[in-house]
Amino acid sequence: MEGTAAPQTMNPPAPIAGLPPTVYRIGAFVISLILVALVIFISGASPATVIGRMVGGAFGTADQIGRVIATLSPLLLCAAGLVYTFNAGLYNLGVEGQITFGAIAATWTLRLLYPEGATASLLPPPAAIALAILVGGVGGIAWGLLAGALHVYGRISEIFAGLGLNFAATGIAIYLIFGPWKRPGVASLSGTQPFDESLWLGTFGRTEATPVALALGLMALIITIGVMRNTYFGLRLRAVGRNLRAAYVLGVPARRQLLSAFLICGLFAGVAGALQVVGVFHRLIPNISSNLGFLGLLVVMLVNFDPLWILPVAFFFSALNIGSLQLPLSLGLESSLSGVIQGLLVLFALLGRGLAQKYGRKPEG
Amino acid sequence: MNVELRHIHKHFGSVHANDDVSLTVAAGTIHGLLGENGAGKSTLVKILSGFITRDSGEIVLGGQPAHIQSPADALRYGIGMLHQDPLDFPPLTVIENFMAGSPATPALLNARAAERNFRALCRQFHFDLDPHARVSDLTVGERQQLEIVRLLANGAGTLILDEPTTGISATQKTLLFNALRQLAQEGKSIIFVSHKLEDVEALCDCVTVMRRGRVVGELNLRPYRANGQDAHGPTDQHFEVTARIVEMMFGKELALPVKPTTHQDDVILRLDGLLLRSDRLEMRIEHLAVRRGEVIGIAGLEGSGQQLFLLTCAGLEHPAAGSIHVDGRDLTRKPYSAFLKAGVCYLPADRLRDGLISGLSIQEHVALRMSNKGLFIDRAAAAQEAERAIATFNIRGRPDTAVEQLSGGNQQRTQLALMPSPLNVLLMEHPTRGLDIESTLWVWQQLIARCNQGTAILFASSDLDEIVQYSDRVIVFSGGRISPPIAAAELTADSLGQMIGGRF
Repeated sequence: MEGTAAPQTMNPPAPIAGLPPTVYRIGAFVISLILVALVIFISGASPATVIGRMVGGAFGTADQIGRVIATLSPLLLCAAGLVYTFNAGLYNLGVEGQITFGAIAATWTLRLLYPEGATASLLPPPAAIALAILVGGVGGIAWGLLAGALHVYGRISEIFAGLGLNFAATGIAIYLIFGPWKRPGVASLSGTQPFDESLWLGTFGRTEATPVALALGLMALIITIGVMRNTYFGLRLRAVGRNLRAAYVLGVPARRQLLSAFLICGLFAGVAGALQVVGVFHRLIPNISSNLGFLGLLVVMLVNFDPLWILPVAFFFSALNIGSLQLPLSLGLESSLSGVIQGLLVLFALLGRGLAQKYGRKPEG
Repeated sequence: MNVELRHIHKHFGSVHANDDVSLTVAAGTIHGLLGENGAGKSTLVKILSGFITRDSGEIVLGGQPAHIQSPADALRYGIGMLHQDPLDFPPLTVIENFMAGSPATPALLNARAAERNFRALCRQFHFDLDPHARVSDLTVGERQQLEIVRLLANGAGTLILDEPTTGISATQKTLLFNALRQLAQEGKSIIFVSHKLEDVEALCDCVTVMRRGRVVGELNLRPYRANGQDAHGPTDQHFEVTARIVEMMFGKELALPVKPTTHQDDVILRLDGLLLRSDRLEMRIEHLAVRRGEVIGIAGLEGSGQQLFLLTCAGLEHPAAGSIHVDGRDLTRKPYSAFLKAGVCYLPADRLRDGLISGLSIQEHVALRMSNKGLFIDRAAAAQEAERAIATFNIRGRPDTAVEQLSGGNQQRTQLALMPSPLNVLLMEHPTRGLDIESTLWVWQQLIARCNQGTAILFASSDLDEIVQYSDRVIVFSGGRISPPIAAAELTADSLGQMIGGRF
């Protein structure tokens, strides 16, 4: 009683209280769209034109559709991985580092099997690519478990542990690019020496999209949906995420559960990083993650940690990203506009959810 | 300044937290406000200090009605409150905290004057505080001292202290008590909120006891103090006071035991040379053997270590020394999972914080309990089991009802429904707190049924009737000591009161 006393006086009834929860969510979405239009208007264009150009930029040609899919695949992997950590109550901002380290591990594998100039090796190229993806996953696991151990055993906030490890992973990548793995002759920010074309992942026609990456992304998503809905593991994760203490008292091995979440997220992110290497860039570059991890965080927050909605939202975000690349050329606008749009949508979606929780009419029961 | 509260009422939802409470604190006195958790004492002082607004009633200060609607109002009337968790700014330094919130703060801070003032106040009360230390590096006791001088510097003439002796050292307690006595002599009124009898007896001139939202008695302690008992330790007079206060807190007549005999011969839980230690308590139990089917009631004022004891028996805390055997197996310092496997179950008092998971439904809780069976959730089995639990435990909810939407009684029923079977040792805090009489009877029926199946129960309760009614034996926790077990049938209100006061 004493504990609940104080908030009573601190929450004056809101003038907008008592509406059905969906009203707040839809309202927030509408407001965010209005603000998006406003931002476009202020930057000197008509919202309709911009949206038209963005749609054109994302789906106008097969090449562009390919790039949307090439962005979508690793995004699905990251978002699926983050479903585990979010449901376990963890803000795994370290997902970026896990992508990067996965990419480093994959690059290392390929360089080991096919040193520069070599055309033949123990493993034929397809097997080498498969192994690189696998080792990339292991690298992601290592980076994820490191963050997990710092959090679980070192009692460091997983946010700080993750961010710190992100810097470390990027640092290692840059060191490798400029040091041991530098291009013959000149080290440059454009990355390591590209791999031989035989080590590139096959694509749909002449586009950037690779079927293997898309398949892995979709598979990760489907597995995640299944795990979260149908397994005891998923239920235990949700229990731990909502009330660690009570879950522990009820007999859930909480530490193991938290570490598993880091492990799975690391695995998916590491595979995504490996795919960036073998499928998109064909070398290691400093920003190999392309901020897909952060984008994944936005996606999962937007869908309220429910994996069922990840595919449409992730697809929308991928299209937004690729579509906005056309803006500087055709309209002279900053391509970072897509970032502003994404940010607004996510912020208002979260705001709508918060308002719905705080003021929404409770179901009778 | 005389402080008067007249006919205060306050409701929180269906709970009548303050029911026609009147209290008068004379200037220059230390007035104790005593009662168990949930008795309504914190609510009352928060009303006086403006943190909570009252539903009805009057606050009269020095004969004049006062309009207190916020903490700032209260401060203007010179009422300062020291909260159980100090409300300060840990990242700032001591002197910065001291200057913060001063009603007369000019646009420019005069740090030097503030520091002079601060040092003078500290000297007066023998507080040893470094003005430039960070508050985050201070102990709770030191933060309290800081709060006191800050409130005094801001002109507080009435000081309210909410459970101030929780978490501070013995030396700090002595310093605190001396400072409070000094302030009372200067004519300030002090309200000392506590559930610790010995602190109230040692310090207060007068004590008001609250129970279930009402004032149940007042006692002037001055006449008892006159004989200088402080010098010679506890005297008979001291015990007389204790007995009278305990009587007020718990009522005079004890209920009669109603529990049938359920215990068997074999020992299921054995504790030997157990030493329990927390940052403010140290307790020892030489030997305790609990038989199958036996119920042990744990009495004592709240915060006397009952929870630590139960957590230790549950394997959620480790003892500093000694051994724990369950069903013949040595579980000393074994992980919690070993205790679970041995059939030990702990039901916490704070159901939504420690026992159930908000956001998950009854069915999901049931499934969670089944979760060592395979990979995929057996929905049909979980649904069936949830339906069965709802029917047998009479839970008002559906399998898909989220637990936080259940009433307190139904949450407790859900907790009981989740108890594993077979069960060797059941540890509970306040098994029927917040339940109506019917539900209480019903809960105990279920628990006694478990005893018949061989489960031993240890439960802590602040309801002495419950303890006497349903226990086979009772142990009493008092000020870091644990009494030997006594058969419930041999207890009287008087003997139990004296034990709670520390005489055994």
